Amino acid sequence: MNDIAKKLLKEVSGLDEMPKGAYNIRENSKTVSRQSSENIEIVSKEDKSGIDIIVKPNTKSENVFIPALVSCSGVHDLVYNDFFIGENADITIIAGCGVSTGDSCDGSEHNGIHRFFLGKNSKVRYVEKHIGEGTGTGKRVIDPVTEVIQEEGSYMEMETTQIKGVDSTRRFTTAKLKDGAKLVIKEKLMTHGEQFAESKFEVDMDGEDSSVNLISRSVARDYSRQTFISKINGNTRCMGHSECDAIIMDHGVVSAIPEITANSLDATLIHEAAIGKIAGDQMIKLMTLGLTEGEAEAKIIDGFLN
Amino acid sequence: MLKLENISFEVENEKEILKDVNLTIEKGKFIAITGPNGGGKSTLARIISGVLKPTKGKITFYGEDITDLSITDRAQRGISFGFQQPVRFKGITVHDLINIAKGEDLSVMDASHFLSEVGLCAKDYIHRELNDGLSGGEIKRIEIATIIARNTKLSILDEPEAGIDLWSFNHLIEVFMKMHQSKENSIVIISHQERILDVADEIIAMVDGAIVKRGAKESVLPELLHCEDPKNCLYCQDILEA
Repeated sequence: MNDIAKKLLKEVSGLDEMPKGAYNIRENSKTVSRQSSENIEIVSKEDKSGIDIIVKPNTKSENVFIPALVSCSGVHDLVYNDFFIGENADITIIAGCGVSTGDSCDGSEHNGIHRFFLGKNSKVRYVEKHIGEGTGTGKRVIDPVTEVIQEEGSYMEMETTQIKGVDSTRRFTTAKLKDGAKLVIKEKLMTHGEQFAESKFEVDMDGEDSSVNLISRSVARDYSRQTFISKINGNTRCMGHSECDAIIMDHGVVSAIPEITANSLDATLIHEAAIGKIAGDQMIKLMTLGLTEGEAEAKIIDGFLN
Repeated sequence: MLKLENISFEVENEKEILKDVNLTIEKGKFIAITGPNGGGKSTLARIISGVLKPTKGKITFYGEDITDLSITDRAQRGISFGFQQPVRFKGITVHDLINIAKGEDLSVMDASHFLSEVGLCAKDYIHRELNDGLSGGEIKRIEIATIIARNTKLSILDEPEAGIDLWSFNHLIEVFMKMHQSKENSIVIISHQERILDVADEIIAMVDGAIVKRGAKESVLPELLHCEDPKNCLYCQDILEA
């Protein structure tokens, strides 16, 4: 692994060295390092590029690292990762993707197709960070597709973060929830320059007492554009909530498009959206505490995306 | 310490909100500003803290002309301002705000001290976001905690009692008295509360954009609170109208 890849690895997954337990590190469309643990098995797919991550039932408090790195220009990576989470397992998955194109004018892209199959009463925390680096004009593109199938009583929490350097991203997440399944999605996004980001969610609550809570916080700077689409279907007694909070700066543009459909009298669905520039009184408050205008703005953005 | 000379504030096509206000505040003083709504009290506080610029007049702070200084510059020179309606922030925690106020990264224990000072159980609040989840009274007390943390030469608080329940209010008086123990720092509180007026060194009554009365509580308070002729008393007018 070269220095660029090591730096990307550190930034997307916090790793300085190979972790303990299960991991699979992918660099420029190939697995460069892999380890399974007693409870978590990682195997290559035979029909296409990608891996299956198989977690035994009742596995507790284990982490799996699956970062994907693109450390040069001209790479068009497409990977299929499937996660099979056994009943009652409780694990954390640290994913993430870093794309570096250096000073090249050629772009690179990484498209990860992730499917999660959560067994009964299992619990997954999924943490994913996307970053892009490079000084050249080559576009860095990340288009993730995520599909979640949750069995009875399972819980999934997804934290996705994309703060800098990705020129274009189209994220599409779908989920189907059975009885008592809960899904929490926390998305943090900041776009600069002329970047474009679209986040689209489609959740079907098919099981009684299932719930989804979808929280998006984003900042659009310069001439960047963002679109947030949340489609939640309540098909039985269930609870759905989505919230899109966006700060626009400079010439940034944000669209929030909610679609909540109650197909049952017992479905409770809420959508909240707020888009606007930084409130003047927030700036004034922090300046009365001694911060300069620039420091106050940075503090508000950092806190908002924290 | 603080000197306002001929301060006026006018909004285009509206009435003059402050009219030629002259005011000197010595160090170590506890001053209460009172008067009817719309009398110019909050505007005066905002002009001192730099949130508003006067249309006429001069402000000096420890001999320096600060009339054209920014909010930040004034804050860094030792002026604090507690908002009447504290601002809420998504994602910024109580601990973060106290750190900003103090100008350093405090440990949870050190930051918690300032919450305890205003009667908040620190462990319940220190990691809370300053968002809509906090009640009006809670966020008001956090606002006062940031003023205590700053410990500046001049602290201006705009109606600190608003939104605070009676039980907590008694504690708040103790907080102000404790702040007042400093012989160097001055406190200016805009208030309608008799208890606050009662503990101040001096009271300033503002009506219709001008200071109409200033003096020790013994001379001003009886006049304000036991008015013998309310119909001709400027202070009582708004109460009668209400």
